[in-house]
Amino acid sequence: MNTRVQQDATGAGQPSALGPQPLIEVEKLEAWYGRRRILNGIDFRVDAGEIRVIMGGSGSGKSTLLRHLLGLQKPRSGTVRLLGVDLGRASEREMLALRRQIGVSFQGGALLTSLSVGDNVALPLREHTDLDENTIRIMSRLKLEVVNLGGFQDLMPSQLSGGMIKRAALARAIVMDPKLLFFDEPSAGLDPVVSAELDELILRLRDALRMTIVVVTHELESAFKIADTITVLDQGDILMTGTVDAVRRADHERIQDLLNRRPREIAVDADAYLRRLTEEQAA
Amino acid sequence: MNRNGNECVRESLGDYVLVRVRGEVDLSWSQQVRRAILDALGETGKVGVDLSEVSYIDSSGIAALVEGFQNARGKGQQFGLVAVSGAVLAVLRLARLDRVFPLFPDVESARAG
Repeated sequence: MNTRVQQDATGAGQPSALGPQPLIEVEKLEAWYGRRRILNGIDFRVDAGEIRVIMGGSGSGKSTLLRHLLGLQKPRSGTVRLLGVDLGRASEREMLALRRQIGVSFQGGALLTSLSVGDNVALPLREHTDLDENTIRIMSRLKLEVVNLGGFQDLMPSQLSGGMIKRAALARAIVMDPKLLFFDEPSAGLDPVVSAELDELILRLRDALRMTIVVVTHELESAFKIADTITVLDQGDILMTGTVDAVRRADHERIQDLLNRRPREIAVDADAYLRRLTEEQAA
Repeated sequence: MNRNGNECVRESLGDYVLVRVRGEVDLSWSQQVRRAILDALGETGKVGVDLSEVSYIDSSGIAALVEGFQNARGKGQQFGLVAVSGAVLAVLRLARLDRVFPLFPDVESARAG
């Protein structure tokens, strides 16, 4: 006798529910810290399946942009939409549904030091699903295998090297098979071999799991290896978005300065300079 | 088949049960696939999972296959993956599971073991 099982047709988790193209859409985004404008009304879009690298020097605004994309900072003006959800207007329920489809690997790893590596990786599954413990165990250990940390589930984060912490954090970020993965400075503090391994892994994740990946980095070699497209940020403006070749060939002085590691010439406005030095601190 | 195109069919071929899976196996659907595999292993000692028409599988789907294989091994049963699609193979390779599961190009070779 043949037995047939069909999926419940609620449409839950289907692309039509939350995932229209593009996956990320930012319009006229401004960000301020006090009286300093960090992002100058930028437009930004990432389509499904691409690896986008956001590149820029210190103070370019790339970390501020990432915080807005993650919903950690509300736009002062402009809109940020992820998977069709406007982060400025989303309800708690919409944000929860969104977080299930997004993975984030933070620069420092952000592993919980009181939990084992395995429990850190399993945490999103325990928080966001009602899967049985056996499935959770297999899924989390599977992701440790993917990042070459198979068998390390019982170690504590304090027992890991810097490269292992990055990989464990990545395992946690991808344990829910997110549609969208954010990766903040994957190469920072790693030796060249470990860094190259992470780059390879990012490429394989996109190809095998169809993830859309946004990487924030200032590491040129890594950016050129993994990016489909690169967005170059400088002083709160997007200088250009283009392919690796287009960025390399860009006829733009500031982009060439970044690529060739030439420091920026800082303009000096005498009045503003003196005011900064002498005026009383704002309340 | 439902409007999502996902389907899981158990087919008896003598003493062999083939679980044919079709569509996208993700969190919303993988537990039903898991149940079908475990039920098949409860029915017979020889089980294959046909993945030729699976266009996407996430790690919850892979976990269902791993659990089925581990159960079969524990009881000395025969278990294999049949006609694995390119999309599934890419995910198996990502975790090097293509070197762990018995993979068969078709049901005849799977039945022969």
